[in-house]
Amino acid sequence: MFLKNSYDVVVVGAGPAGSAVTKKCASHGLSVAMVEKRQEIGTPKRCGEGLSFEMIDEMGLKIPQNCIRKEIDGCIIVAPNGKKTIIDFGKPSGYILERKVFDKWLAAEASRAGAYVQAKTEVTEILKNNGKVSGVRCKYQGESIDISAKIVVGADGVESKIGRMAGLNTTSKLINIDSGFQFEMSNIEIEDPNKLWIFFGTKIAPRGYVWIFPKGEDIANVGIGVGLTDKPARYYLENFIKEYPSLQRGSILEVNSGGIPVGGFLKNMVLDNFAVVGDAAHQVNPIHGGGIQEGTVAGHILGDVINEAIKKNDTSEYALSPYNKIWWNNHGNKLLNVQKVREVMEKLSDGDFNTITNSLTGEDILELSDGKKLSVLAKALMKNPRLIGLARHLL
Amino acid sequence: MEWKIDRKKCLACGACVAVCPFLAVELTNNQIVNNKEKCTACGICSRVCPVKAIKVE
Repeated sequence: MFLKNSYDVVVVGAGPAGSAVTKKCASHGLSVAMVEKRQEIGTPKRCGEGLSFEMIDEMGLKIPQNCIRKEIDGCIIVAPNGKKTIIDFGKPSGYILERKVFDKWLAAEASRAGAYVQAKTEVTEILKNNGKVSGVRCKYQGESIDISAKIVVGADGVESKIGRMAGLNTTSKLINIDSGFQFEMSNIEIEDPNKLWIFFGTKIAPRGYVWIFPKGEDIANVGIGVGLTDKPARYYLENFIKEYPSLQRGSILEVNSGGIPVGGFLKNMVLDNFAVVGDAAHQVNPIHGGGIQEGTVAGHILGDVINEAIKKNDTSEYALSPYNKIWWNNHGNKLLNVQKVREVMEKLSDGDFNTITNSLTGEDILELSDGKKLSVLAKALMKNPRLIGLARHLL
Repeated sequence: MEWKIDRKKCLACGACVAVCPFLAVELTNNQIVNNKEKCTACGICSRVCPVKAIKVE
């Protein structure tokens, strides 16, 4: 127990991305420590807590029952005019998790693979040797400790400072950050509590949407993500709840907020002896704002690259750059497509949105949110001469 | 120009930290703190805040 003075790898931040890279490195036999500044891993959540089975498969996880709150079998998308597009898989297709349990489980799994994990340990400084990252200085219970590391990984979330301290500019442009606000509500009525609910409309959520993710029959994460607006996200969510009868009697069990990266992927995510992963590297789907799976798969790629680098005794920027290449080939380019779809959606009026959802099937919408079938949306846009410019953006 | 935070509203979520171009806003000890020497009072942090806890005036 307690941190040693030297590791192969130090990972800063114990979210899903941090735990993924930590576990991967540890299972390759490297010595790894993961530190988390908050006193409890997984708390407070900044997340709607939904994961599809497809995402879970991609991450290669067998999620234990105690992390799962509810099975979901589809999704209902409500257009600005109230018209519902129902995507019904007819069988369970995803989970709503309990993030505080899930994140802790992921961190515990990393520790079982041989890593050392420590909460309430905040990195205050990046140590450098000849201008290159050589470790971290952290604080635990008021005591300062210096740890040297061959590689430091910044997995410190949307508010990442580790990257910038190391010399990598990870600052998000305002246009690429959504403002998120959420209540976990109980004693509400949910018309179909087995589906995710998504509400669009420029009045309801400018440049974004409202979600209701059921965690039980009468309990749900009710949240909003909005782009740059004059009024705060909280204002829009409270208005939505006031006007939505089945939520009005609800109680508030939890208040969550946070910035959601919705684009601005980093061309370069590495320096000598250093890399960033997860929200810190803006690895989030720009449409649905989901980052667990993106951060996890990136963490696995990074873990393998780190292992190669350390085994070859070369942890230079060049030796770590396969992480850039593999991530961009397998994930980044797809996410750039999703970002394009988002940029188009943001420019649609409520009327355009209504018309376009009319000509898309539920499956089309799913594919689009995964960066595929952009031509289907382009075709739908081209039906209106006014929107041809937007269609070009997709092709 | 002055940077002010209403701690009763702030949820310490870090959205402001993510967008600060000057590394002037930090989330440390579960609190948002502003480094006056680095802050240029550009107001970006206030625009992204989900609860509008930050005011730059």
